[in-house]
Amino acid sequence: MTRIDDTFARLKVEGKKAFVSYVMAGDPNYEKSLEIVKGLPAAGVDIIELGLPFTDPMADGSTIQLAGQRALEAGQTLEKTLEMVRSFRETDDTTPIVMMGYYNPIYSRGVDKFLQDAKDVGIDGLIIVDLPPEEDEELCIPAQKAGLNFIRLATPTTDEKRLPTVLRNTSGFVYYVSITGITGAAEAQAADVAPEVARIKSDTDLPVIVGFGVKTPETAEAIAGVADGTVVGSAIVQKIADDAPVADVLSFVKSLAEGAHRA
Amino acid sequence: MANDLFNSFMTGPDETGRFGKFGGRFVSETLMPLILSLEDEYEKAKTDDSFWAEMNDLWTNYVGRPSPMYFAERLTAHLGGAQIYMKRDELNHTGAHKINNVLGQIILARRMGKTRIIAETGAGQHGVATATVCAKFGLKCVVYMGAHDVERQAPNVFRMRLLGAEVIPVTSGRGTLKDAMNDALRDWVTNVRDTFYCIGTVAGPHPYPAMVRDFQAIIGKEAKAQLEEQIGRLPDTLIAAIGGGSNAMGLFFPFLDDKEVEIIGVEAGGKGVNAKMEHCASLTGGRPGVLHGNRTYLLQDDDGQILEGFSISAGLDYPGIGPEHAWLHEIGRAKYVAITDAEALEAFQLCCEQEGIIPALEPSHALAHVMKIAPDLPKDHVICMNMCGRGDKDIFTVAKALGFEMNTGA
Repeated sequence: MTRIDDTFARLKVEGKKAFVSYVMAGDPNYEKSLEIVKGLPAAGVDIIELGLPFTDPMADGSTIQLAGQRALEAGQTLEKTLEMVRSFRETDDTTPIVMMGYYNPIYSRGVDKFLQDAKDVGIDGLIIVDLPPEEDEELCIPAQKAGLNFIRLATPTTDEKRLPTVLRNTSGFVYYVSITGITGAAEAQAADVAPEVARIKSDTDLPVIVGFGVKTPETAEAIAGVADGTVVGSAIVQKIADDAPVADVLSFVKSLAEGAHRA
Repeated sequence: MANDLFNSFMTGPDETGRFGKFGGRFVSETLMPLILSLEDEYEKAKTDDSFWAEMNDLWTNYVGRPSPMYFAERLTAHLGGAQIYMKRDELNHTGAHKINNVLGQIILARRMGKTRIIAETGAGQHGVATATVCAKFGLKCVVYMGAHDVERQAPNVFRMRLLGAEVIPVTSGRGTLKDAMNDALRDWVTNVRDTFYCIGTVAGPHPYPAMVRDFQAIIGKEAKAQLEEQIGRLPDTLIAAIGGGSNAMGLFFPFLDDKEVEIIGVEAGGKGVNAKMEHCASLTGGRPGVLHGNRTYLLQDDDGQILEGFSISAGLDYPGIGPEHAWLHEIGRAKYVAITDAEALEAFQLCCEQEGIIPALEPSHALAHVMKIAPDLPKDHVICMNMCGRGDKDIFTVAKALGFEMNTGA
């Protein structure tokens, strides 16, 4: 059992949907980013997705791209992101942390070294956008062996024939991408998402969490209502881009979490 | 040797899209089903006579193939050593080798029922070729181009617009070719159902590197036959410039199993391959990584963040290189060298003066390496270089570099 499995077990007992928040590690700088991350559990976040900055985020819209640029310009590195998680774990040993990003910084560090470090600092899972099932040997299988969850993206283009391939080596939860597109784009529609989630759930016992295009407490409630939970990223990152004080960022997160938890 | 499969360099990629450890399919799940169906469609087309009949008809009557094989007599005498032959792909319709590949991809797109074509472009040659073929077939065309390149390649931007394409200046990241490719991928993820991504070089997720190579291999096939006719044998050395590496792969591929033929790829050395990274020489100054769907040599920092390249040539200004070149480099079948901006400019001028050919800055890099090695080679040594593009688009850049005041009327 990982922290992720424990969290879904707890939510099931409480009869609640999961609220997952995304922020970019090191945005706008290490100190403020760490302060925000440390405040997320108290704001109602069940699972923290921590973005790993990359120069070429091909699946992200401008909000997340710019967040990555701010973090890199402020000196964020993979080493510092690991350090951030270590620091977070000093005061919180239960909230799962999923690292989300692109493969090259991990490949550059060396997969085995990275997995050892990730496990040591207390990372629970990985979402690596540019590693489809066809590339499972690269990181997915070594990560599972190291005891980390590897969370796969399923999308509207993942058809019936392909779905078992996508689900095969996934663990922790399934991340359903609500739209064909990039992060921060069009608003997700619960009516479109519901049948897709049902389709995935008929093939797996894993929880299905829906992200992309969720920006308000109302959408969070609607989308969480047709799934096991929802993710908000760009809308929170935009608050950080607008230089909102930490307390304001966290109160916005709280409103989103309350939305999702109402579902 | 040429027919010995066990020793062949021409059997790649494997079924996972790899050349050795390079290549692969590093894309998001949204794109994966489309990549697989493209692979199916290409595998079918490869052995379909009607596909190649359509290609050959267009290559002959629309592009103007075969392109000539030209003995550069005065340049040879001037350098005083090896005989220099030029494969004249700059004489193709649209002025570069790019259209060889675009035709193949657009015919595939039509077979797949796609109605909207997107492309990235650096120097603008691939964008112009794509806009041209889209105009010919009445397809909607959107070209992503780094804002910096839009500025330095204004004539090609106007050409694309005349041809009915929408040119989108890319300001994300630092507004260069790699950012244009990122934005094209973002567009593709968003419009995956009706859109075909026409990649301009031998890079990207499998099957693109193999597919683009196969379409460009017409260059090497013709060169082999033409040299056989003109000199009665294989050349001793092949030389071509490399950004992503499509013109080079096209020339090299049919010769890979002719082990007596020396193969040299020329990367853009910018201001010099040094610690300041003011160059685009991925093989000479980079290390393996994963970007834009494939594993290959990349310019990157210690943290795996991608660095911007630097070159006077917008067409070579890319921090990666096709995965097959990365493999040929590692196994030693091809040799890769770097040429600086200053050396390329000198070659550009020499080619104008000695041969009456205004070359693009990209093949000027190849020619600069020819200038370096030809004088010390015996007179019966034959070098074939790929003159892959004409230089009309570059005259403003060259004028500026040479300090020549040109009134553009702008």
